[in-house]
Amino acid sequence: MKIKLPQLFALMMCSVIGSSAMADEVNVYSSRKEALIKPLLDQFTQQTGIEVNLITGKDDALISRLKKEGSKSPADVLITADVGRLYRAKEQLLLQSHGSEFVSNVVPAKYRDIDGQWLGLTMRARPMFYVKGKVDPAELSTYENLADAKWKGQICIRSSSNIYNQSLIASMLAAEGADKTAQFAQGLVANMARSPVGGDTDQLRAAAAGVCNIAVANTYYFGRLSNSDKAADQSVVQALGVFWPNQADRGTHVNISGIAITRSARHKTQAQQLIEFMLKPESQSWYSEVNNEYPVIESAKPSDTLQSWGRFKADAVALSSLGEYNQQAVRLMDKAGWK
Amino acid sequence: MRRFSSISWSALGIATVLASPILCVLYLAFTSPSDVWVHLYETVLGDYVSHSLVLMVGVTLGTLLLGVPTAWLTANCQFPMHRICNWFLVLPMAMPAYIVAYAYSGMLGDFGPVQTWIRNTFEVQYGQYWFPDIHSVGGAIIVLSLVLYPYVYLLARSAFLDQRHQFNAVAQTLGSSVWRNIWKVALPLARPAIAAGVLLALMETMSDYGTVQYFGVSTFTTGIFRTYYGFGDESATAQLSLVLLVVVLVLYAMEKRSRKGMSFHALEDSGTTSAPLKLRSWNAGLALLLCLLPCFLGFILPFTVLFLWGLESTEWFDSSFMELSVNSIMLASLAAMITVLLALVLCYAARLHRSWWITLSIGIASLGYALPGTIIAIGVIVLLTALDHSVVTWIASLFGIDSGLLLSGSLVALVFAFAVRFMTIAVGSISSGMMTIKPTLDASARLLGRTPWQVVRQIHAPLLRPSVLTAALIVFVDVMKELPATLILRPFNFNTLSVRAYEMASDERLYDAGPSALLMVLAGLIPVLLLNRNIIRNSQ
Repeated sequence: MKIKLPQLFALMMCSVIGSSAMADEVNVYSSRKEALIKPLLDQFTQQTGIEVNLITGKDDALISRLKKEGSKSPADVLITADVGRLYRAKEQLLLQSHGSEFVSNVVPAKYRDIDGQWLGLTMRARPMFYVKGKVDPAELSTYENLADAKWKGQICIRSSSNIYNQSLIASMLAAEGADKTAQFAQGLVANMARSPVGGDTDQLRAAAAGVCNIAVANTYYFGRLSNSDKAADQSVVQALGVFWPNQADRGTHVNISGIAITRSARHKTQAQQLIEFMLKPESQSWYSEVNNEYPVIESAKPSDTLQSWGRFKADAVALSSLGEYNQQAVRLMDKAGWK
Repeated sequence: MRRFSSISWSALGIATVLASPILCVLYLAFTSPSDVWVHLYETVLGDYVSHSLVLMVGVTLGTLLLGVPTAWLTANCQFPMHRICNWFLVLPMAMPAYIVAYAYSGMLGDFGPVQTWIRNTFEVQYGQYWFPDIHSVGGAIIVLSLVLYPYVYLLARSAFLDQRHQFNAVAQTLGSSVWRNIWKVALPLARPAIAAGVLLALMETMSDYGTVQYFGVSTFTTGIFRTYYGFGDESATAQLSLVLLVVVLVLYAMEKRSRKGMSFHALEDSGTTSAPLKLRSWNAGLALLLCLLPCFLGFILPFTVLFLWGLESTEWFDSSFMELSVNSIMLASLAAMITVLLALVLCYAARLHRSWWITLSIGIASLGYALPGTIIAIGVIVLLTALDHSVVTWIASLFGIDSGLLLSGSLVALVFAFAVRFMTIAVGSISSGMMTIKPTLDASARLLGRTPWQVVRQIHAPLLRPSVLTAALIVFVDVMKELPATLILRPFNFNTLSVRAYEMASDERLYDAGPSALLMVLAGLIPVLLLNRNIIRNSQ
């Protein structure tokens, strides 16, 4: 089969014109994994008839792609698993205000950007998990206390490359300043049971296996183990207790997974509809349940698993500080020798 | 002559296009001064350098030990199951390094079945017994060697097979012993192929991210990612990549230098193939063991682990595996075809025109393999978005329509990135195949009135087929397994098996990574086996 040049050109023009037709669709860049978000997006399409096109990936890579694509980027919506990245996207002038009154009404101010450029969809905490019978929870108090020499060789925490730890240190920088935080990081490194390996779930498993007595991890990893029907996972959950640090002062470190409308959005109306859909009580329940996270709207209740760990006081630091202090946090951890 | 110059122009064009994303990245290196270097130097740079060096030395030794003896045995000896070993030895190619790392970590980690069994059987606590830590430089060396040795094995085996027709016969008529023959004839003659294989393995090692990151080993590549993610510093990232490139260039130059003055061309085929050595008793047993071990550790064991995970996973029911598999296979085939075609043009240009600028452009076009996929993806995005923006403006001025971005965010971008990243593989394999075709053969054919095309079709094609197939095979499987670039560049609603497996693993759901990893390995096996069959058939 031979294709002549004019035909080829016609074909190209067709595809160009075809792609420029404004269909009823919305384009999403998401660093939330496909499995954790696609069912909800499918539901949105069912209810509204708006097609959702999805690319998932690492948040930094998506943000960098967004930046390079500039004003012509096809993306309308950015979904991330950590506020630090939303902050970075905002700093790079990639976002615009959601412009929705509904959002401002249902999402508490602490989970929203001051300029309306991003908002939280779910909330999670990063508490400590201790081995029952080996650690008396009365001995535990704050994150800072983990640097105390009495915990030598007893702490499991993942690498400093991980954004959750970067955000944790950023929150401490915002609250305590550089000197105290540097001291803490050095003390923590000295107390590690082993050089950081694996993810949060690995830290929990390691604690249950006797590698260490205290693990730091996000709530949803523990929630996932709690809901697992595997015997090995259940034995991990049985062995550990949740401890909410810093209840007497600033509160336990929390973070959000969030959503934003890109500056280049060509389907802003559809993007707004998507955000509003994600904030409906039933979406919030599903999304927070599937991700084992806390919903951000008042009317949606956390799952039974999450409720079983009790209520806790959350760190009230502005979430944007977690992004602001990120660079400083990374450097500080490098200096402390946190691998 | 005009045809020859047109091919060298084509080669130059291809090289320029392939080099452009890399040059884009390098350009970023000089855009803004960065203070991150001082910080890196004071803190983590020492680790990056030392770990990377140890890893490179280890993988060199590992791939040589696993790849060369097995290649020689399967090419030259008869022992029980020696034919099946040809098949077994290429299997680990279908295994992504990061997946093998997950499997070994799951098996041998602190709370894996092995250590749990030790604790329960001997009633000891964690810390009361010694167990090697897989999450270490040593562990990374083992995992990478296990999945990368097939490069050395494949290239070395085809070199040994090429020799069998002539040199062994020559050597044996001269009455030299087997060992002497190996040291004096077989190994020196196979050296270019072995070196090319090791160089590929080293490049792959340097650009590996998944394994070292999972094992908590900080290397140059994890450093690049960290600088990019942690500091959001493009220019420092680019500068680190520049260092990686320099290392590769040094390796490349060393390999070239060591071959200086040697040239290898096949002798006229005497029509006799030396009889394979028949190994007996414990020699045969040892040979078999040597050939089975790499496959067992690099394929069978991790595959079993994945299979067991797959049994526990609920993934099977909520994933569109058919679509994922089709996407993966389609993408890998497309990329392999295009890469091999371009590589053929480059290699022919080099064959017909031995000029420094052709050599240089092939060198530059081959740099991509040493860079992490992320870096190339960044380069491709920078380049294509810039191109797109000008095209969009042009279309808008001509037709008054807003077309949006055309190239970036399409499959073109992905295939382009793969061609950049995997060109070395194709060029390496094809050019070592070409080396064995004597230029005088072309000259004689031309004297007999054959056109250049006829020479290519009638003489080169059958001779080159095994190396072209090897090239296609390796590129195909590599694209199947490739992760960072796929993740960054893919179009909307386009998922592959590697992306799915990664998403599950990075979400700490290893069991659920099982099914997609299994399918990725199985889909990668089909072409591995098909092409291996062709290579074997062609070499007999």
